[in-house]
Amino acid sequence: MSLIETLQTPFVWHALLGGLAIALVTGPLGVFIVWRRMAYFGDTLAHSGLLGVCLGFLLGLSPTIGVLIVCLALASLLAFLQARERLAADTLLGLLAHTALALGLVALTFLETLRFDLAAFLFGDLLAIDNLDLLWVWGGGGIALIVLIVIWKPLLAATVDEALARAEGVATGRTQTIFTLLVATVIACAIKIVGVLLITALLIIPAATAQRLARSPEQMAVFASIIGIVALFGGMAASLTLDTPAAASVVTCATVLFALSRIIPSRH
Amino acid sequence: MPASPSPETPSETLLRGSALTFRRQGLTILDAVDLTLQRGEIVTLIGPNGAGKSTLLKIALGLLAPDSGEVWRASGIRIGYVPQKLNINPAMPLTVRRFITLSAAASIGDVENVLAATGVSFLIDASVHTLSGGEWQRVLLARALLHKPALLFLDEPAQGLDISGQDAIYALIRRIRDTTGCGVLLASHDLHLVMASSNRVLCLNHHVCCTGHPEEIRHDPAYQSLFGGINLQQLAFYQHHHDHEHPLCDHERHHAPSRSSQP
Repeated sequence: MSLIETLQTPFVWHALLGGLAIALVTGPLGVFIVWRRMAYFGDTLAHSGLLGVCLGFLLGLSPTIGVLIVCLALASLLAFLQARERLAADTLLGLLAHTALALGLVALTFLETLRFDLAAFLFGDLLAIDNLDLLWVWGGGGIALIVLIVIWKPLLAATVDEALARAEGVATGRTQTIFTLLVATVIACAIKIVGVLLITALLIIPAATAQRLARSPEQMAVFASIIGIVALFGGMAASLTLDTPAAASVVTCATVLFALSRIIPSRH
Repeated sequence: MPASPSPETPSETLLRGSALTFRRQGLTILDAVDLTLQRGEIVTLIGPNGAGKSTLLKIALGLLAPDSGEVWRASGIRIGYVPQKLNINPAMPLTVRRFITLSAAASIGDVENVLAATGVSFLIDASVHTLSGGEWQRVLLARALLHKPALLFLDEPAQGLDISGQDAIYALIRRIRDTTGCGVLLASHDLHLVMASSNRVLCLNHHVCCTGHPEEIRHDPAYQSLFGGINLQQLAFYQHHHDHEHPLCDHERHHAPSRSSQP
C-alpha cells in the first residue's frame, strides 16, 4: 500500500485529527510549563496514569475519566503540600510521582480481570484512536485551549513575576490554580494517545524549539503549536513508511526540529 | 481613585500599619512596628541587611499577612510596586513594552509617557533580558507609574547602581512624588542619598529604633548606634550632589525642595 493510499484510511485520519488536537493545545500550554519550570509536574501527572486507569476500571468508568480524576486530585494535593510543607517542589513532585506509580502497580495486581496493554500505556497508541478518543481529546483539548486564552493575560503576568502581579491587583492564586487544572485535564485526555512516557515531551520540546524563533510570548505559543503539528505530520509519515511506533516517531521528529532550531541564529 | 496631584491635601493618610508583628521559624522579623504614610510624602525604611525592611514593605503591600497587628490602606487607591529583584525566565521572549503592560490596560501613548518620564524611551522595544541594572530600575519604575499609583512601594530602588546612578534614581523618585502627589514608601540601605530625599525616616532593626525627620534621626542615639558615625561624612558630602546630571535621564533642572537641612 503506498503512502497516498495509506493516508486515505480512517485510522490514519483519526491519528492525524487526534494528534492535531494534542499539538494545538500542548503548544500554548507547553510554553507556560517551560516558563514556569514545571516540566516535572507533567511527568508526575503522567506517572499517575496507571492509578487512574485502575480507578476508572474499578468505578466502571472509561479509563480517561479515571485518569482525569487522579490527575486533578494529584494537582490539588501538590498545591496543598506546597502551601504547608517546607520541601522543594521537585522533592514533592518526586514523592507524588513515585507514590502514584507504585499505587497504580499495586492496584493493578488486585484487578485480575483488567485487560491491560502496558506498551500502549507507556508509549501511546496513536494509530488506534476511535471516535470516543477523538471526542475526548478535541473536547478536553478545546476547552483547555479556550480557558487558557481567557486567563492568558493574568497568567502571563503571574508567570513573569508573581509578587509584582499580585501587588498590581492580578488574581494570581486563582489563575495559577486554573492553569494547573488545565495541565491535568490535557494530560488525562492525551495519555491514551501519546502514552505516559511521551506526553511531557510534547509539552516541552515544541515550546523549547519555539523559544529560539519567537519575539513575543504569544508568538512563542503559536510557533510551539505549529512545530508540534509539523512534528506530528513528520512523525506519522515516518511511522507509516518505516513502520516505527507512531507517538515515538512524532517525538523524535520534534527533537530533530529542536536541533534544527539551534542551528539558525536567535532572534532575540 | 486615580492619583491626582493634590498637594493641597498633604495630610491625607494613605497607609497605616499598627503593631505589626511577623515571625518565621522562631525568629521575630518584625516586632510591633507602627507605620503611617500621607499623600505626597516619602517615608524611607532604613536599617541593616536582614532588619525586616522588605518584609515590612510586603506586609504594607498586602503580599504578606502579619502574625498580629493591622494594616489599613485607603480604599480604592492604586498601587505601584518596584520589587527588590525579579527572576524572569530567559526562555520567555519579552520586550520592555510588553513587560510594563503585563497587568495594565494602557495605550501606546501611556507607555511612551511613562518610559519618557523615567528616561528610558529608547528601551521600548528592547528585550528585558538585555537590560543593565540602572535600566531595570527605571523600567520597573515606569511599570509602577503606568498604574497611576497613589501609593508607590519601592524596595531598594537604587540597588547595584553607582553613586551618580543612585542620585539620579532618587531625584526621579522625588520628581514622581512632586508631579503625581503620590505617597512613597521605600526601603533602602543607601543611607546618604535616602536621607536627603525623605520626609520621614523609619529606622528599623526588627523593631522601630527611631523615626522622624532625617535631620532629627541623624542625631538620634539609636540611629548612631545602629549605623555608627561612618555615614555622617558621606551625608555631608553627597547632599550637595543633587544637581548632578546623568546622561541616561531627563535632567532634574528644578529640584524638589529637599526637606532636609544642609549640614
